[in-house]
Amino acid sequence: MSNTHSVTFRAILRHVLLIAGAALMLAPFIWMISTASKPQTEIFSSELHLIPHRFALWDNLREAFAKANLLRFLLNGVIVTVSIFVLQVMVALPAAYALAKLRFLGRETLFALVLFGILIPPQATAIPVFLLLHKAGLLDSYAALVLPFTISVFGIFLMRQFFKTVPDDLVDAARMDGISEFGIVWRVMLPAAIPAVTAFGIFSVVAHWNDYFWPLIVLNSEQLRTPPLAVAHFRNNEAGTSYGPLMAAAMVIIAPLVIAFLFAQRRFIEGITLTGIK
Amino acid sequence: MAQIELSTIRKSFDGTDVLKGIDFRIEDGEFISLVGPSGCGKSTLLRIIAGLEPQNSGQVHIDGRPVDGIRPSARNLAMVFQSYALYPHLSTFDNIAVPLRMRRLSAIERLPLLGPLLPGRRAKERTIRADITAIAEQLDIAPLLRRKPGQLSGGQRQRVAVGRAMVREPRAFLFDEPLSNLDAKLRVHMRAELAELHRRLKATFVYVTHDQAEAMTMSSRIAVMMAGELIQVGTPAEIYDDPGDIRVAEFIGSPKINILPGRVRKDGGIDVLGTALRLGCGAAAGDCRVGVRPERIELGAGPFSGSVVHLENLGAEAFVHLAIEGAGARLIARLGDVRQLPAMGRAVTFGFAPDAVRAFDPAGKRIELRVEQAERIREPAHV
Repeated sequence: MSNTHSVTFRAILRHVLLIAGAALMLAPFIWMISTASKPQTEIFSSELHLIPHRFALWDNLREAFAKANLLRFLLNGVIVTVSIFVLQVMVALPAAYALAKLRFLGRETLFALVLFGILIPPQATAIPVFLLLHKAGLLDSYAALVLPFTISVFGIFLMRQFFKTVPDDLVDAARMDGISEFGIVWRVMLPAAIPAVTAFGIFSVVAHWNDYFWPLIVLNSEQLRTPPLAVAHFRNNEAGTSYGPLMAAAMVIIAPLVIAFLFAQRRFIEGITLTGIK
Repeated sequence: MAQIELSTIRKSFDGTDVLKGIDFRIEDGEFISLVGPSGCGKSTLLRIIAGLEPQNSGQVHIDGRPVDGIRPSARNLAMVFQSYALYPHLSTFDNIAVPLRMRRLSAIERLPLLGPLLPGRRAKERTIRADITAIAEQLDIAPLLRRKPGQLSGGQRQRVAVGRAMVREPRAFLFDEPLSNLDAKLRVHMRAELAELHRRLKATFVYVTHDQAEAMTMSSRIAVMMAGELIQVGTPAEIYDDPGDIRVAEFIGSPKINILPGRVRKDGGIDVLGTALRLGCGAAAGDCRVGVRPERIELGAGPFSGSVVHLENLGAEAFVHLAIEGAGARLIARLGDVRQLPAMGRAVTFGFAPDAVRAFDPAGKRIELRVEQAERIREPAHV
């Protein structure tokens, strides 16, 4: 009797803790939606309420789309994240294949350097890379947003670990069948590694869609702005920040990721557990 | 159809010698098995023939032409792997089609989206389809062509792997323990199928296995390898009856050959377990080891005796394990008639004919024996 008692008590405690954690995580999002739905007067009122007295989401959205070219920014986000991901895969897969399946002098040293590369935060190399892009005359362009991220050491590491699990026999069979080494990467390894590529894709797209730091540094032109910069557009020191449209714009730019997550929820979790285990 | 010649092939990995100078000639159309315990270098040798692994020294000739430094696919050999190594994302049909597409289509024609639009591609795909259908009929895998490897059983995957090897009409087939992932029953079945395939194709088969039964039942010749060396090459009967080395005698045959401690007397005669055999040899006096196959041990009569410690009744035959008093040796005898099975723990006498004896010197090399024309060692039974 007392046993079942303690079990239910534990279950309740567990759920209370989980709900508290979830509430903490969700609070900024709920506040964002709440603010995006309020008119300006309610946002600045001193009393705190979640449900707006007057529902102003559509007005805020309209204003957000009028003030900034949101669709253009979303398109920029898609162009940049997709280009980064495609180039990362084109670099990481052959590199990972060589590190996992080919025997050559210095392979272990190279792999150690890859691991070392993971430890370096992008901010540490920001200024040299910025200067490099400046010398190359590439600042304020899509290239400036994409090029610095084409070599992903994390991607190389992740794919190398996955390729290690692909049996050598499969590679040898492909060689016997007359497939070239690059052919093996694209025709044999890539199809076998779709789960790992998906996992990596999720990380890459989320990181670069949400990246605020790098685009802020290298961009000047308004038409090249990525979605996070679009939100910053609504911050205005002179006229005061218009929070309603800002929050509405924030909702719009996170929407693609949220929708993608809902569609690919299972893959997403698979991807994260994959990187956790391997 | 090819003859493969290996001359003084050496290979080492990280300072360890895996192959210590292999000289060997595989005749055209032969089914040759490379057998040996794991780690003896047989798979490495196969991979060197295939071109997947470069040798440190020595040459490989196929049909008289050196192939060293030539890519695996250009050697035109086909290989069947232990894990079958089918491409998991392709259907059976596409798996078998890979080597044909690689050979018959140009690089542009193989491109994913553009390729199928090119003019010549259609006709080439038709010849590929015809070839695959013919192979699928032969191997009984026609209904499986649309399935992916994940949906096939072990035996079916095996057949698809053989199909992928056959479809390119290679000069020789290389098999790397292809049956070891199958269950026992299927393995026996596939043994017969592979042997039949060899008879039909009349192609050169090089077959690596650690299972002596596979080697005995399928091959025209067996090459026994131990610790990176080729110890003996011969027909299955020669290897079984006339082993040149004690390691060959022990490796081939199941249950294992009985090895008894013996002595070579000064006069060239041989003693086993204190009993003189009517055998002579030219070897120097000293210790030796005497091997007798389980089926040559005759129970119920003879100068030796032991007690039954274990019985294995297989229905059609039985194996009697005997402990020999005073010698600490164990011995296995095959009994053809299960109805005469002795009881556990009982003492039985046994003997063997002189021509059943294979003697080996302390280094493991075979000692030539001559049967002395005298009365047989088997004494009349006194029960």
